[in-house]
Amino acid sequence: MTKKLVVIGNGMAPGRVLDHLFEKAPGEYEVTIFNAEPRVNYDRIMLSPVLSGEKAYEDIIIHDDAWYDEHGVTLLKGKKVVEIDRADRKVIAEDGTTAEYDKLLIATGSSPFVIPVPGNDLDGVVTYRDLDDVDAMLKTAQGGGHAVVIGGGLLGLEAAYGLKRQGMEVTVLHLMPTLMERQLDPSAGYLLEKALVERDIKIITRANTQEITGADGKVTGVTLEDGTELPADIVVMAVGIRPSAQLADDAGLEIGRGILVDDHMVTSDPDILAVGECVEHRGQCYGLVAPLYDMAKVIATNLAGDASAEYTGSVTATKLKVTGIDLYSAGDFAEADDREEIVLRDATGGIYKRLVLKDNKIIGAVLYGDTADGAWFFDLLKKETDISDMRETLIFGQAYAGGSPLDPTAAVAALPDDAEICGCNGVCKGTIVQAITEKGLTGVDDVRAHTKASSSCGTCTGLVEQLLAVTLGDAFQPDAVQPMCGCTDMGHDDVRRMIVAQELKSIPAVLQELNWKTSCGCAKCRPALNYYLLATWPGEYVDDKQSRFINERVHANIQKDGTYSVVPRMWGGITTPDELRAIADVADKFQIPTVKVTGGQRIDLLGVKKEDLPAVWADLNAAGMVSGHAYGKSLRTVKTCVGTDWCRFGTQDSTGLGIKLEKFMWGSWTPHKVKLGVSGCPRNCAEATCKDIGVVCVDSGYEIHFAGAAGMHVKGTEILCTVETEAEVLEYIGALTQLYREQGRYLERIYKWADRVGLKVAQEQVVENAERRKELNARFVYSQQFMQNDPWAERAQGKDAEEFTSFRLAQFGKVA
Amino acid sequence: MNDMSVETKTQVWVEVCKLDDIPPQGSRVIRATLGCVALFRTTDDKVFALEDRCPHKGGPLSQGIVHENGVTCPLHNWVIDMESGRAKAPDEGRVRTFPVEVRDGKVLIDRALLA
Ligand code: SRM
Ligand SMILES: Cc1cc2nc3c(=O)[nH]c(=O)nc-3n(C[C@H](O)[C@H](O)[C@H](O)COP(=O)(O)OP(=O)(O)OC[C@H]3O[C@@H](n4cnc5c(N)ncnc54)[C@H](O)[C@@H]3O)c2cc1C
Ligand code: SF4
Ligand code: FES
Repeated sequence: MTKKLVVIGNGMAPGRVLDHLFEKAPGEYEVTIFNAEPRVNYDRIMLSPVLSGEKAYEDIIIHDDAWYDEHGVTLLKGKKVVEIDRADRKVIAEDGTTAEYDKLLIATGSSPFVIPVPGNDLDGVVTYRDLDDVDAMLKTAQGGGHAVVIGGGLLGLEAAYGLKRQGMEVTVLHLMPTLMERQLDPSAGYLLEKALVERDIKIITRANTQEITGADGKVTGVTLEDGTELPADIVVMAVGIRPSAQLADDAGLEIGRGILVDDHMVTSDPDILAVGECVEHRGQCYGLVAPLYDMAKVIATNLAGDASAEYTGSVTATKLKVTGIDLYSAGDFAEADDREEIVLRDATGGIYKRLVLKDNKIIGAVLYGDTADGAWFFDLLKKETDISDMRETLIFGQAYAGGSPLDPTAAVAALPDDAEICGCNGVCKGTIVQAITEKGLTGVDDVRAHTKASSSCGTCTGLVEQLLAVTLGDAFQPDAVQPMCGCTDMGHDDVRRMIVAQELKSIPAVLQELNWKTSCGCAKCRPALNYYLLATWPGEYVDDKQSRFINERVHANIQKDGTYSVVPRMWGGITTPDELRAIADVADKFQIPTVKVTGGQRIDLLGVKKEDLPAVWADLNAAGMVSGHAYGKSLRTVKTCVGTDWCRFGTQDSTGLGIKLEKFMWGSWTPHKVKLGVSGCPRNCAEATCKDIGVVCVDSGYEIHFAGAAGMHVKGTEILCTVETEAEVLEYIGALTQLYREQGRYLERIYKWADRVGLKVAQEQVVENAERRKELNARFVYSQQFMQNDPWAERAQGKDAEEFTSFRLAQFGKVA
Repeated sequence: MNDMSVETKTQVWVEVCKLDDIPPQGSRVIRATLGCVALFRTTDDKVFALEDRCPHKGGPLSQGIVHENGVTCPLHNWVIDMESGRAKAPDEGRVRTFPVEVRDGKVLIDRALLA
């Protein structure tokens, strides 16, 4: 018979218990979870990257709704348990929902401290614990303004960094004279402070908050004891946490600082277990995930019927997750007489390393600036290795202790099997290697799925990759994320996210801030970056023509003999005798060898000499013609058929609509070229159903199609939706194009983008969500105002003149 | 492979343009009797002079993208090292390079090589 397991709280600890439990004893329990938060289980650790904009909430979900369905788990979102009725073995939620249990698991986590000062209950005073807090911070940050973060520990600094990235003026208030005084000595604390000040974050140490001031119930500032007044639109309290044990206390369970548990994680009631930050075990309460995951394993084993598993405590290590600042700390740093320290300081290199030793063993380690040896020190710490023999060189790290410097892969190869690779999940090298060989794993995602290594904070991903390389040799193909090019390890999506998050507005800024390996990028990354910057900062970013391929740089297509071709726009494929005459005149005047009708319903002048281009354009401009962008990752052609104007079957004015679309969209830069077609009826003479975006007119309105192609791959379009008016066609297509501009990777056609992200994305954001559609279209329209300047006219009038002129030898004079 | 950038004994430096006439990470072309020569300028203001013909299929290197000391050919993306004129592996080939100097903001090149 299945037993009833009720879980209170749906944080990281119980999530992990269930993972193990379903693996060990599938079907044995029917699980009901009460979660005060109205959502599924997500990676709380990664809230900081969400706050800074470097990740999205969707990226940090651990168990999605489908997971709960699949395992038959009832997840009660937004239901807070207010009572445990031990006599009747049931729990009761705020709204009266009850559930009976055979076994109860309490996993209520902890609650942030709120310092007891006047004004701490004002609107705009938040803690930093869950997604709601992050949402509140993001919402305030939209309006810019000032943020005050109280508390200069890891959490406070991550909050400060995130808010800064979101565009707020940020001040951190720290009670002690230097930051993270427990881990860092004053000069190292100063290094950290300096790195934050460089990021434009203000730090006030020795800051004693006296009062939070407000108006109309909303926070307006913070007053310090020394009288300093700071303006604030939001105040974040990050001064510490306290185990949430009230519920257990009310139910008569034994508590200390947290809910007391034995080595089996059982409370004073044998049917009630507890896990996570809410527990106190052997006098310890924890605030990091690694110990909770150790506990989770023990609980799952016990629940599966094996009572032998015991939890005996954990040593912890952590990293500060502020991009560009490397800080690692592990173990214990309190000063005491029986302890010694080894400190390495390199102020110019911005490096600080500190080891705390006791009886010739490492008991604490802090690394700042260079954290590469973190795993090695932590291993020595956990194993209580006697370091007397390597004392002299210990602080220089593993490379020195081994005699000669090691490359990173060799260093990983040299680690013992029981060296811990993933601190969060307590996974050691041997476990990973075994999983790789026995289960035939080939990538980091596989290792994550089978061992959990690298699945929480992600800082050990590099080590896991190196282990894969060591174990598989050449068979290892580094991960799914294809780097943009040899100049970086980052993929296109990460780079784009960082451009937004860090407000990078020039190519040099991207190369600098994202640690490009080359000084000027290459012909692969620079054009991509130029596009991403242009699409992200319309009106602000100044196009870098030296980062464009030749065709886009000179607004004509280079031919195999170094001459160029010129294709003027013919809006919707319509031309006039005057335009044709002007084209003929230009061809004569500049002795253009070939005049061809293209596959895109317009005329191509082929074989134009580069220095003639501006004059050719001037003549075409004079006849009212502009660039057809036949060379661009941009809007190319809008092919049309004759529609109701002439055709006996036409249902709508397909020619007119095509012209409107082309006039609306010309000039816009896109990840790859964009071609449209508008057909007047389903006979589809404009071939709209193999275009990036197509419209097929029908009696009742307009069928909008997308994601077709007819190049190297021939692919029919998918139907996006049917709308009734031309105005809607423009709005939907504007929104769709903008979505593609924001998500498409450089050189990815619409059909490839849609294939990668799923057709559903366009359906959801463009069709189903009207508000989102309007926002996207508005962004497209906004960006277009900067784009619709004819590049030919600009150049005919002298822009980039040097591009079209060369030097002749005869004009040179001798100088030496 | 033997060195193709010839050193002449009597160099006659002629001024072809000002440094500022060449956009950073860009190029200009000199039309000489011998053919076209591409002048490149890097971000750190080094100037290189190369025959404007890609060793692959004769593409005009002057129309390529400049990055560090390399230029990527506009036709089929070979990468040419501007210092040595050699194509980057796995491609093989070499283009002629010319001595060039920048003095007082003027770009000088040996006339003899162009004639
Ligand atoms: C001129 C034209 C051929 C013609 O004489 O008709 C042409 C010429 C070129 N096409 Fe095209 N394509 C032309 C219509 C097409 C069409 C038909 C159409 O648009 O209805 C297609 C198939 C539809 C499609 O794009 O899905 C087409 C699929 C391609 C592809 C394959 C794209 C793909 O993703 O598979 C390439 C290669 C690329 O873009 O990477 C390409 C690339 C090229 C390039 C740019 C090759 C190059 O890099 O030099 C050619 C430039 C020649 C020049 O100097 O103008 N061209 N090309 C047509 C110009 C249309 C215009 O008015 O702008
Ligand atoms: C911003 C941030 C950054 C962090 N960074 C790191 C890091 O880099 N490394 C690291 O190791 N750790 C980090 N941590 C700590 C880590 O997230 C926690 O240790 C871990 O999430 C604790 O898990 P838990 O399951 O015990 O509790 P929680 O994850 O806090 O989950 C408790 C859940 O129970 C719910 N709950 C509480 N009471 C009730 C009730 N009565 N009824 C129903 N539901 C209830 C709560 O709403 C909450 O959802 C970070 C934490 C934060 C907030
Ligand atoms: S099909 Fe397109 S790319 Fe190929 S030769 Fe013809 S014009 Fe050039
Ligand atoms: S001609 Fe230069 S790469 Fe082909």
